Amino acid sequence: MGTMSKSPWLLHYDASSCNGCDIEVLDCLMPKYDIERFGIINTGDPFQADILLITGGINSQTEPVVKQLYSQMPEPKVVVAVGICACTGGVFKECYNIKGGVDTVIPVDVYVPGCAARPESIIDGVVKALAILDQKQKDAKSGKTAEADDEAGGTNG
Amino acid sequence: MAKRSIIPFGPQHPVLPEPIHLDLVLEDETVVEAIPSIGFIHRGLEKLVEKKDFKQYVYIAERVCGICSCGHGMGYCESVEHIMGIEVPRRADYLRTIWMEMSRVHSHLLWLGLLADALGFESLFMEAWRLRERILDMFDATTGGRIIFSVNTIGGVLKDIDDSMLKTLKETVRDMRHEFKPIVDTFLHDYTIQSRLCGLGVLSREDAILNGAVGPMLRASGEAIDLRTLGYAAYNDLMVMPITAQDGDAYARCEVRLKETIMSLRMIEEAIEKIPSGDIAVPVKGNPNGEYFMRIEQPRGEAIYYVKANGTKNLERFRLRTPTTSNISPMLRLLKGCQLADVPLLVLTIDPCISCTER
Repeated sequence: MGTMSKSPWLLHYDASSCNGCDIEVLDCLMPKYDIERFGIINTGDPFQADILLITGGINSQTEPVVKQLYSQMPEPKVVVAVGICACTGGVFKECYNIKGGVDTVIPVDVYVPGCAARPESIIDGVVKALAILDQKQKDAKSGKTAEADDEAGGTNG
Repeated sequence: MAKRSIIPFGPQHPVLPEPIHLDLVLEDETVVEAIPSIGFIHRGLEKLVEKKDFKQYVYIAERVCGICSCGHGMGYCESVEHIMGIEVPRRADYLRTIWMEMSRVHSHLLWLGLLADALGFESLFMEAWRLRERILDMFDATTGGRIIFSVNTIGGVLKDIDDSMLKTLKETVRDMRHEFKPIVDTFLHDYTIQSRLCGLGVLSREDAILNGAVGPMLRASGEAIDLRTLGYAAYNDLMVMPITAQDGDAYARCEVRLKETIMSLRMIEEAIEKIPSGDIAVPVKGNPNGEYFMRIEQPRGEAIYYVKANGTKNLERFRLRTPTTSNISPMLRLLKGCQLADVPLLVLTIDPCISCTER
């Protein structure tokens, strides 16, 4: 384990989700799952976050917000798309205001399927994200470019 | 004359699980005006009735919002059933009522947890959400889903609860009533909570009616309107008493939701005792033709469903007015004149559900 993955800080943003995945993300912090005991903290500040959890598909109004949040996060950073809407657009794909999944605007590292995604699978997705985060940090130290770590991580959650 | 400044609040803010943007016009620390801008979660679900047929649309209606999922499915199904003249089996009515009341308990406990979190009372937050887990476990055991469980269908429900599971459910609910007591006591009698909430954001009865408040927000201002007394689904067999408080402040809104949770737990028990045996769904033939208005009481207040059908498999129009839409206007009324530090708490006390509002 690298230094980054020992206490990663999460940033959660609701792009256009129905709330279902959002309350499951919060549920991971609750006594039943309690991921805070591993040093994972849900922060509201993009400048201090390592992992960006996004729920819901992208619409025209959230697109600039998502891009801004992503650009404000320091390198290395990992994006986890939580729920089927964030992965592909889900049942809302045919809606006139939905552009598609989160990967239409920013690069996504881990996809967590489900409607709503269960806390177990969200935790699983975050654990997969940690490995990618470590790899990105290693690559940054050795001077490799960010594109090289796509094959290193093994993406689908 | 104090200097005016504008502070943007949201769309990404630590206290908000969902994006809403407010431009707060301040004079020193006092808010003189709050200008909302919404549309961050707009997906265009009402328009989707033109692409999905009326049976498929049940699943879309349930995904209007993850917290009020069961209620939206039920409201939509009942509207279509009224148009088609379908008599739903009594057992299905009871099952819908049980799941609906469980949703109300889950929603109110979620809100109570978020309130405790906004006050900085971490242990109470954890307590409320720990209790909420038990309801989610029961959803999981009875339907297979934790948050969005899609049990409603036109003509009844998709899943039955057998007798042994009903017994377990009843025991769980009884346990929860005992476990809920210390949480209620802390919320109502703790000195820190009282000093933070009492007298904060007072909405008088006249203002509440004038601004069109609904649900617990309205009842906390002393107006006893609860649509469950209309007796849709199985509510005409159960004892429904609208719960009110007189003060109209943040404390009163908290008190109303606490007491409603207790009443809902009682109603689940009562429904389990009275549930008749029989079928859970009737077959549906043909397409709907006509229009219908349906009002139901969601955890956040009155939701209105309008369905217009033209005899084809696609509906012509589906309109949904959600409780938060009507509660935004009283919220803006509350924000005028409050302190900047109170804004997150006051926004929270209306129990905003943005994904319902914007659909």
